[in-house]
Amino acid sequence: MMFSINMQHISKRFGNLRANDGVNFSVQQGEIHALVGENGAGKSTLMNILYGIHQPDEGSILLNENLVKLETPARAISFGIGMVHQHFMLIPSLTVTENIILGNELTSMLGFINSSEAERTIEQLSDRYRLPVNPRARVESLSVGQQQRVELLKLLYRNAEILILDEPTPVLTPQEVEELFHTLNNFKSMGKTVILITHKLSEVMAISNSVTVMRRGKVVTRVDTVSTSQIELARLMVGHDVEFRTVKTSPPSSMPVLVVEGVSAQSDRHLPAVRNLSLSIAGGEILGIAAIEGNGQSELIQVITGLRKPTAGKVVIKGQEYLSSRHHPPVSHIPEDRGKQGLVLDFTISENLILGRHQEKNFSGLFRLFNEKVESNAKQLIQVYDIRPPTKHLRVRNLSGGNQQKVIIARELSKNAPVIVANHPTRGLDIWAIEFVHSSLLRERTNGKAILLVSSDLEELLKLSDRIAVMYEGEIVTIVEAKNTTERELGIYMTGAVKRGA
Amino acid sequence: MLALLLSFIIGGVFILLIGKDPFVVYAMFFSQTMGSWYGIGQVLFKATPLIFTGLSAAISFRAGLFNIGAEGQLIIGSFLVAMVGCTFSSLPSFLLIPCALLAGALGGALWGAIPGFLKAKFGAHEVINTIMMNFVAAGVISYLVTNVYSVPATVHTPQITASAELLRLDVFASAFHGSPVNVSLFIALAACGGVYYLLWRTRFGYELRAIGLNPIAAEYGGISIARRTVLTLALAGALAGLVGGNFVLGYKHYYELGFSEGIGFIGIAVALLARNHPIGIVLASIFFGILEYGSLTINTMVPKELSNILQAIVILFMITLTKFLSRWTTHLQECIVQDSNV
Repeated sequence: MMFSINMQHISKRFGNLRANDGVNFSVQQGEIHALVGENGAGKSTLMNILYGIHQPDEGSILLNENLVKLETPARAISFGIGMVHQHFMLIPSLTVTENIILGNELTSMLGFINSSEAERTIEQLSDRYRLPVNPRARVESLSVGQQQRVELLKLLYRNAEILILDEPTPVLTPQEVEELFHTLNNFKSMGKTVILITHKLSEVMAISNSVTVMRRGKVVTRVDTVSTSQIELARLMVGHDVEFRTVKTSPPSSMPVLVVEGVSAQSDRHLPAVRNLSLSIAGGEILGIAAIEGNGQSELIQVITGLRKPTAGKVVIKGQEYLSSRHHPPVSHIPEDRGKQGLVLDFTISENLILGRHQEKNFSGLFRLFNEKVESNAKQLIQVYDIRPPTKHLRVRNLSGGNQQKVIIARELSKNAPVIVANHPTRGLDIWAIEFVHSSLLRERTNGKAILLVSSDLEELLKLSDRIAVMYEGEIVTIVEAKNTTERELGIYMTGAVKRGA
Repeated sequence: MLALLLSFIIGGVFILLIGKDPFVVYAMFFSQTMGSWYGIGQVLFKATPLIFTGLSAAISFRAGLFNIGAEGQLIIGSFLVAMVGCTFSSLPSFLLIPCALLAGALGGALWGAIPGFLKAKFGAHEVINTIMMNFVAAGVISYLVTNVYSVPATVHTPQITASAELLRLDVFASAFHGSPVNVSLFIALAACGGVYYLLWRTRFGYELRAIGLNPIAAEYGGISIARRTVLTLALAGALAGLVGGNFVLGYKHYYELGFSEGIGFIGIAVALLARNHPIGIVLASIFFGILEYGSLTINTMVPKELSNILQAIVILFMITLTKFLSRWTTHLQECIVQDSNV
């Protein structure tokens, strides 16, 4: 058997942490290979070694049966290895062509960039691999899916034969995912090798030829996709059986707790972002919002949580209006970006556990901060929400993503507000942490809270929500019962292909 | 320590270059600063205003603001201290001194609040604005002192009344005899305690630190950044304004143009070296006090330019190396934490 990549006995330590421990990883030429595992399983470390970012402490790398040393990414690129990172490495204000040739510019003798030549090459590539994109468009004007195409073209432009994609799908709509998979199959048929790092087992089953499962720095198994199943893979990833279904109890009460009436709001760039939008959520109900990034869902959340002033309309919580008042509305907010919006990373766990609650009479007077109360609050919440390590004075920066999210959830839910707004609450978390977030939200649902859930993970929306509202360009296109819809149907609405009433 | 050693070695090379014996110069430097109570008194006198300006810079840094305006704030504040000190001569000491200090703090606070307001309201960057306010302060006070209030043929204001004078420490401990160190040292130490309490024991301090570390999360936590910005810069200004107590009430007993010689700017270095911690600021101020007074004492042997160079080299090394060391120690801490997580 001919392996295009063969990594043998790779070990890599960070301090005392064994990120990779005697890993064997091999991929055949011309196949799509999935690399799965929980966060911290060592997938990224392994791929960073292959891409020349890290050097292994032990082990060897063979490309097409030749022993190679990959000291830098530049070296890896010269061997035909390319990587699309989870967060795109594009410069928004430059054009597609400029982004693609960056670092690899064709120049004339005087050092001027020959961009028409580059444009021609890019057009040829995008024809051959069916990746339509306008080489002269500015990247900031492109959708996420198109930006991903630019990243792929960047690799092709550098003649990459081995393409590594790090979690490429969470940012895409179902339709875009389908297109991406189509493209990957194209690559395969042209003899290129694709490595797909992913969390989503359904994708593994749908597209890959073979799969490697990692757990705690080691390879658990390498199998052909046809000879395994989603359930088996999940078991191998986690180390024991996983319950995928979540049981929802108690139907929502009929009393609306959160009512949004005719709200309009502008984005930071003063463009209309939310247009005359109304919705209401009952106590004990989870309303999901499905939308492609940038369709007004962030602005809507900011209006509901009191962070953004609407240009029209009002927000009513339990019959009380919260626009004119200077007080912050009683909303538990689990924001989109943990590190930026939800936490002060260099504060301790205790300090973070009162952020936004520090003005409550429990924690501070007009002037003084009651440190004893702050500490006892932390002690209690750390225990109830099982935050690890349970060290009050540890900086939150040193916690894992899942535990950071627990700090936010502990703080926000202990507010005991009637409304909960959760924005991408499981983004970037591993299976354990996701389960924790989901069960926390469902428990609050049982407690009669009105919950607004925004997520790009449609599976999550379908699993947790009672109803799902699809937003497109600042409006709600449709509201459907979660049990009567599918990812596919939601996807169609999300792209604005079908307007309400049409 | 390593930083000190390195910078003294490099300084020694400079001294050799001008044909002097570095060991003799350094011996002088240390014996004059730390070898006598008089020298220690001088060092503490030099350190006192740096504690104030260091705190001023530190409290701004903690809120994520870069206050370069301490110089202007202390000029305004000190001038007001002197004016109150010589105007209300009928008041008894226990009223007059607090009034004079309060005037200084308020003047500095106003001078800090203006750029704070401009930042909060219009988003104008505080670095530019505080620098501009320095020019304005220097200009206004220079005009007032030379044209309106000066004693003829001098560049200083009239003497403050005797009841406004702060006692020198040699009154209590005769060993300090002759050195100008005075009661305002204790005011500075009290200010350190106050800032410590403010930062870690009050709601405002909590909010201020949250804003400094992550303004977005602070805003999500319902903290109004605009108001805190104005208040923080006003507080920073008030601290700088208190510098007047040391020079005006405790030493010269009048306001003299150009007395500051950049105390406001050195305060930024003090805060950096102390990593914005009040206790560190006391130590860093004493360190800078030694450097300042030490360079004065060796002026008889080497030119002033050289002692300036020496000072600058020491500061450079200290700040670079402490940064380096702190990064290294946090890295170690993180490794340990990771281990315990596994």
